Amino acid sequence: MFGQRPRAWGMADDLPPFDPATAAPFMLGRGHPGWLGLRYVAHGADWVELALPWREDLLGETGSGVLATGPIVSLMDMASGMAIWTATGEFRAIATLDLRVDYMRPAREGAAVNGRAECYRVTRSAAFVRGVAHDGDAGDPVAHVAGVFMSIPWRKR
Amino acid sequence: MSRDPDITALERDLPAYARSLGIVIAAMEDGSPVLAIPFGEIVEGRPTVFHGGATSGLLENAGYAALRAELARAGREHRLKPINVTVQFLSAAKSKPTYARGRVLRLGRRNANIEVEAWQDDRTRPVATAVMNVLMGGTGPDAAG
Repeated sequence: MFGQRPRAWGMADDLPPFDPATAAPFMLGRGHPGWLGLRYVAHGADWVELALPWREDLLGETGSGVLATGPIVSLMDMASGMAIWTATGEFRAIATLDLRVDYMRPAREGAAVNGRAECYRVTRSAAFVRGVAHDGDAGDPVAHVAGVFMSIPWRKR
Repeated sequence: MSRDPDITALERDLPAYARSLGIVIAAMEDGSPVLAIPFGEIVEGRPTVFHGGATSGLLENAGYAALRAELARAGREHRLKPINVTVQFLSAAKSKPTYARGRVLRLGRRNANIEVEAWQDDRTRPVATAVMNVLMGGTGPDAAG
């Protein structure tokens, strides 16, 4: 299983691998993700799925019951970061370089939106992610997402 | 930057999401609204730094506000639907107010292309930029994109 992970960033030998399920309450409990009410749904070797609950004060266009697109960007950004840490096994400072969101259709009125991001490639300093946001059926996404993240060096090598 | 009578109307058009994030319209500049967002816990990512998602929310709202202002000048009314947004994060947005302003690069009949910049103290050093494509549908309840 370790062999299937993108290995470029390696894993610190003395630390257990990053576990999104365990880390979620801490990472999603404060700040912007906490305010949005993001919560952990599921994960695999290189992906993480989070949920964004429907809430009246997060609505977009006045008069519609549809979530604004901004919180969906936050959801995907957060799921992407956690997917990178899950794939590399290492919690490491990263910065979003570029994030593209293609909106397929509005989310259903009153529906929570799930964001699933997959980290499909890691190089020495960059990580590439793609994912979808959906409101129940991952085969009929609300949005497609692609992003690039950079690792922030935390010590001189 | 000068205060403008359109500000009240444009502020009224901000969605619930923008208002709950604390976004306001600070000024008008060459006909485009300048949006402002204060720093606070609800926009925080890493400690003392704006979350990329909150910055994106500011950029997207500035894009829509610029488009609404442009459409109002043209006497047009549309339902706006997002096609896509690409956000470039240039540097960490620190714990102080962030501003954003959009420019409509192309206003077509059905779609618009908008460029947005966000900055803090130094206007010449943006913290993030975005490019957005927006679909402009009809105004009726059954209007299709």
